[in-house]
Amino acid sequence: MASPIIALDGVAKTFESRAGATEALRAVSLAVDAGEFVSIIGPSGCGKSSLLRIVGDLVDPSAGTVRVNGKSARQARLDRDYGIVFQTPVLYEWRTVLENVRLPLELAGRPSGEREQRPRALLRLVGLEEFAGHYPWQLSGGMQQRVSIARALALNPSILLMDEPFGALDEMTRERLNQELLQVCAETAATALFVTHSIAEAVFLSTRIVVMSPRPGCIERVVAVDLPRPRAAKTRALPRFFELVTEVRQSLREDPGLAGDPPRPGGPGPR
Amino acid sequence: MRLVREYAPAALVLAAGLLLWEAVVYVFSIEFYLLPAPHVIVQSLRETYPFLVGAGLYTFTEAVLGFALGCGGGILAAMAASTSPGFAGLVLPYAVASASIPIIALAPLAIVWFGVEQGSKIAIVVLMTFFPTFISTLRGLSSVTPQSLELMRSYAATERQIFLKIRLPHSLPMVFTALRACATLAMIGAVVSEFFGGPVKSLGVYIKSTASLFQTRQAWSAILVACALGLLFYFAVVLLERLTMPWHFERRER
Amino acid sequence: MNSTGDDRAASRPRQALRSLGVIGAMAVIWEAAKIMFALPSYQLPHLHEIAADFLREGAGGERWFWIMAQNAAYTALESLIGFALGGITGLVLAVAFAHSRWLERGLLPYVVASQTVPILAIAPMIVVWLGTSWFSKAVIAAYLTFFPVTVNMSRGLRAVDADALALMRALSASSRQIFFKLRFPASLPYLFTALRISATASVIGAIVGELPVGSRYGMGVVIINAAQYYNWRPANLWAAILVSAVIGILFYHAVAAVERRVVSWSRTAPAI
Repeated sequence: MASPIIALDGVAKTFESRAGATEALRAVSLAVDAGEFVSIIGPSGCGKSSLLRIVGDLVDPSAGTVRVNGKSARQARLDRDYGIVFQTPVLYEWRTVLENVRLPLELAGRPSGEREQRPRALLRLVGLEEFAGHYPWQLSGGMQQRVSIARALALNPSILLMDEPFGALDEMTRERLNQELLQVCAETAATALFVTHSIAEAVFLSTRIVVMSPRPGCIERVVAVDLPRPRAAKTRALPRFFELVTEVRQSLREDPGLAGDPPRPGGPGPR
Repeated sequence: MRLVREYAPAALVLAAGLLLWEAVVYVFSIEFYLLPAPHVIVQSLRETYPFLVGAGLYTFTEAVLGFALGCGGGILAAMAASTSPGFAGLVLPYAVASASIPIIALAPLAIVWFGVEQGSKIAIVVLMTFFPTFISTLRGLSSVTPQSLELMRSYAATERQIFLKIRLPHSLPMVFTALRACATLAMIGAVVSEFFGGPVKSLGVYIKSTASLFQTRQAWSAILVACALGLLFYFAVVLLERLTMPWHFERRER
Repeated sequence: MNSTGDDRAASRPRQALRSLGVIGAMAVIWEAAKIMFALPSYQLPHLHEIAADFLREGAGGERWFWIMAQNAAYTALESLIGFALGGITGLVLAVAFAHSRWLERGLLPYVVASQTVPILAIAPMIVVWLGTSWFSKAVIAAYLTFFPVTVNMSRGLRAVDADALALMRALSASSRQIFFKLRFPASLPYLFTALRISATASVIGAIVGELPVGSRYGMGVVIINAAQYYNWRPANLWAAILVSAVIGILFYHAVAAVERRVVSWSRTAPAI
């Protein structure tokens, strides 16, 4: 049994501010194996973004250990083992789409041949090759986010960290990008850690879903998603899909203090 | 067609304004020494053309050199300040204070120190352009979003890489806003500091002396030359901006 | 490092202390420079020599401190009137531009051009035209004031959040109500940014207006005279410049203080 690619043990995070201390995470332990797609879902303030950033060594944990790719989180970051995608595309307006995707290669000092070829290949992967010479502001939100994903893959990382990347997009674009993301992950064999607000998205994308409790966040439950792979549009119509969505929703609701979802009018699936 | 619609109102206003000027002077028989009609000014311009070109270049040189030193210095100082909070803390109070004092009042002092030639005027222009450029550049360099910095950290970028690849390009729009303002300030500063004293062959001295002698049409023609040079300088900076930031110009709202 | 306006955390007394510290540092550098570069009083008088000039008696028997104060008041008044005139003009223009696109297209280029033109170069002309009384100086000050106000206010009146506008419409607000309850308050931060710039600009305008021949009162006159007699009394010029600077600083901070009161909710309000 190969060791997990991401291993969190007893990770906790408390934020200090002038207003006092806020405990964002409490005793989170999680193991992610290579090739998995793990979603983290939970109510606002449950610390899921902090958790992602701790894995990425962008935030230091107050307690606990983090091992990424068999190294410390810091070493994994310095070795550029992961690519990160935020909710906003964070593209630079003075660089064309191609140059934006090329940025990580420049920073890592890759040879010029790779610097020219790889961005084009990545843009082809996300279907934006013809926009290579455009500027970010000329692209729609969904397209910008695809560029952002292409950039995250620039250095061929084994891990993808994503913080609600499709949160700002409409439902239809989101579903389409979900599909594309899975294809990309399949082709690059990347492991994904994906923070989201959307239950349907989590069920569609993941092999496992980590449900977090409200603040201070800890793991409420881990739901294994046994839907067949590769996922497709018809996956969303499977009865098992609705069962899993309900299961996750109920896990989220199990905690008191969380407002229940309004009843779905004529909703299918077991109640 | 759109170009015409864009500029037609302005052109109309200019034509109307000039006509009105001529009309007012004629109808009210305004004395020539109070307000000369446009055609009289143009006439005077043609007469004193060689002198005005020489004086104009003299003053323009002060403006350009002062601009180059002041803005260049401001940008360099801001780069230093963005990497060293200590340095920033040193310069910043003076930068802010300079925004509230009439720097022109220092012109006579500059003359005392640097003599009555171009040096003193250049010094004043440097003073006028250094601080706005410094403040704008510094703000541009430090206003990179936290998410952008997180992204850079995820790529294990060094501070130097972040500065060269992110902070500098990010600050360009703000730098050019300052440069455009300074281009106009430079010419004004040069001319007005000449009011306090300078050689005869300079615009400021000429304007002041002809005005005081009620030689108003000569004064106006000199002012016209000063205007033209100021506009030229401004548009040169705009051109530079367009060349340096092709991405920015396309989307800038009017 | 945060952008320059982010120092709000520092308390007022601490900021006052810091300002004093800066002034103190300047005084030390001043005297140190005198010693290090062996600068004669001709080029850099001692600080106490400048102070002494204020106590000196002038030609009419009054102390220079009082003479300076009178002239300073004169200049300040000219600046204030010009500031008010220019501010109102700028406001009116901005509102007009916000209502009529055609008007904006026709006039805005000239408003902009007036700023690229060495307007102060026209100061001698304006004095010839309007006479050497305070009025011509106030007009010059007004001219320097109205431009930033027009441009900034135009931007401010336009920069209303589309959603806020939609809300007003949904509440059946009239155009007038929308203007007074939404556009105008929203544009106040922009207005005050411009007013802070104009504060100093109007002082400059007033002083420059006093330079041409014929004016009798004001700091510009004092400076010109002090410059003429510099060889006899160098400290006098420095004192005059100091007073001019103080006027500018006071004016700027007065506007900043009003801004802090009126627009305390804004992110762009001055921290200093």
